[in-house]
Amino acid sequence: MIELSGLTKRYGDKVAVNNLTFAVRPGIVTGFLGPNGAGKSTTMRMMLGLDRPTAGDVRIDGQHYDQLKDPLKFIGALLDAKAMHGGRSAFNHLLCLAQSNGIPNSRVHEVLDTVGLTSVAKKKAKGFSLGMGQRLGIAGALLGDPRILMFDEPVNGLDPEGIHWIRNLMKSLAAQGRTVFVSSHLMSEMALTADHLVVIGQGRLLADTSMADFIQQNSRSYVRIRTPQRERLLDVLHQAGITVVESGSGVLEVDGGKSEQIGELAASHQLVLHELSPQQASLEEAFMQLTAESVEYHAHSDAPLPVAPAEQQQGWGDGWKKG
Amino acid sequence: MSTPQPPMPQAAVPNWQAAPGPSYGGYTSPIPVVRTHLGHALASEWTKIKSVRSTIWTLGVFVVLVVGIGLLAAVVVSNSSSELHGENPLSYGFFGLLLGSMCIITLGVLTTASEYGTGMIRTTMTACPSRGRVLAAKSIVFFGVAFVVTLVAAGFIAFVDASLLENNGAKDPSAGEWLKGTVGVSLYIALLGLLSLIVGSIIRHSAGAITVMIGAVLAPLVIALFMFSQSLEDVRQKLFEYSIPNQMSVFYSNSLTESGPSGWDPLWIIASVTAVAFAGAVALLEQRDV
Repeated sequence: MIELSGLTKRYGDKVAVNNLTFAVRPGIVTGFLGPNGAGKSTTMRMMLGLDRPTAGDVRIDGQHYDQLKDPLKFIGALLDAKAMHGGRSAFNHLLCLAQSNGIPNSRVHEVLDTVGLTSVAKKKAKGFSLGMGQRLGIAGALLGDPRILMFDEPVNGLDPEGIHWIRNLMKSLAAQGRTVFVSSHLMSEMALTADHLVVIGQGRLLADTSMADFIQQNSRSYVRIRTPQRERLLDVLHQAGITVVESGSGVLEVDGGKSEQIGELAASHQLVLHELSPQQASLEEAFMQLTAESVEYHAHSDAPLPVAPAEQQQGWGDGWKKG
Repeated sequence: MSTPQPPMPQAAVPNWQAAPGPSYGGYTSPIPVVRTHLGHALASEWTKIKSVRSTIWTLGVFVVLVVGIGLLAAVVVSNSSSELHGENPLSYGFFGLLLGSMCIITLGVLTTASEYGTGMIRTTMTACPSRGRVLAAKSIVFFGVAFVVTLVAAGFIAFVDASLLENNGAKDPSAGEWLKGTVGVSLYIALLGLLSLIVGSIIRHSAGAITVMIGAVLAPLVIALFMFSQSLEDVRQKLFEYSIPNQMSVFYSNSLTESGPSGWDPLWIIASVTAVAFAGAVALLEQRDV
């Protein structure tokens, strides 16, 4: 359990983290989301006692971080993959961490095995690829077998196999009853792993909700229609008082979950439909809608942010540059 | 009486059940909770210092310089017909130690500053949130390593020089001179390295901190050399007297000047400076973000 209350960090005039209050609960994966520069890493550093908050408080299982006598057994963190001395072997890197917390040396071998680095344990960390560095960082987080795990952008630099591995790892850690807190700016990634979402933008809390609620509240549903008899369908729908939006290449969209009504209308007028599909805007879009005003580094666009249909999974950001 | 219990191998099998204190729900680790102390931090820092190659390199070069130059100086003198008129033979170890101190300075700076350069410091401080303890552990481990290595190298060269120069009329050093020429100068160099470690922690940048320390060693002497003006004579004298090379030479009682620090004074001076710097570094560590 991690509890934040009124957590604030100022650098001069700039407020990096603004009055954050939320709790990260055990047993689930909590995603921590925000656009670049939203204050995710600063928040995580304050949780770990690395940065001093300007105001407010973070408690780890009820204690301040610097009150923890053997912190690695309470909370394991992957902050960034390269937070290690490149000249030291993977084994020695983990050994010095284990010693500082009175963790038995046997754990070093165990976690090396868990992350699949046993064969390169004696190799220097500077020869590691980004993915291997990430695995070593995760080994460090797992070293104390902690009740709380914190990962800052863990899938960065991992290959598909590695991404799959870390997803399953996070889920299984949460299933064991641990608190798992993972930051990302990749919504698609969170959709696959997180049960709960905390969203921040410009240091402020934007949402603290379950994944399902988040999507429901923040995204729109619409019906996607394709038909060879476009003009007639438009007339029919217009007469029924349904507003239609054309979204190019012959695709029509109708807001709301009206697919049954549209299907019946089309049948009664004997119209041919090639597609009639209820759509849910993706998590990326919901996220973009939510953080639209608080994006730190805006790409220039005068037009209001469109909710583009999710034809396929896109990296978030791709969508709004089009608009 | 209850039935006799089979003996439990308590030490070998940790008591997995006796894990964490307050119940916050969720997972309970089988790894027993330990109240960590300075000893854990020392073990960790010892692993760190011996597991990087820069330690081997800097100390290796240090030993080569001290032994090599010390031998060379003594061999040249003993092969010449020069008469030493009761000079202290240990002072021929000075040149190597002066150059070698640069290696100790470098290692000292790297012990702290390289953690900032690599990002390791975040991992270190997460593992041990007591920042003062981290700096204390680094200081103790480094000081121990630097002192032992310097003592071995300086002691070796002192014995070699004393025996080589015996026939050239060098005096037989007194017990006090032996102590100063080995233990004394080794303590001084180890403290100089410790000061570098502290400066590394304050500046957080390896190249910057090494430059500052080498400047501190050389600048006063070099500046004084070119201070010709009569009106600056007093300043010049102080710069000479308190320059680090001159303070080191005091351990061989062949100071550049007649006044200024003498006896064990240099040791007290650097110990005080280091203590003040340590207190400042701890205060800064507590204040700054990692």
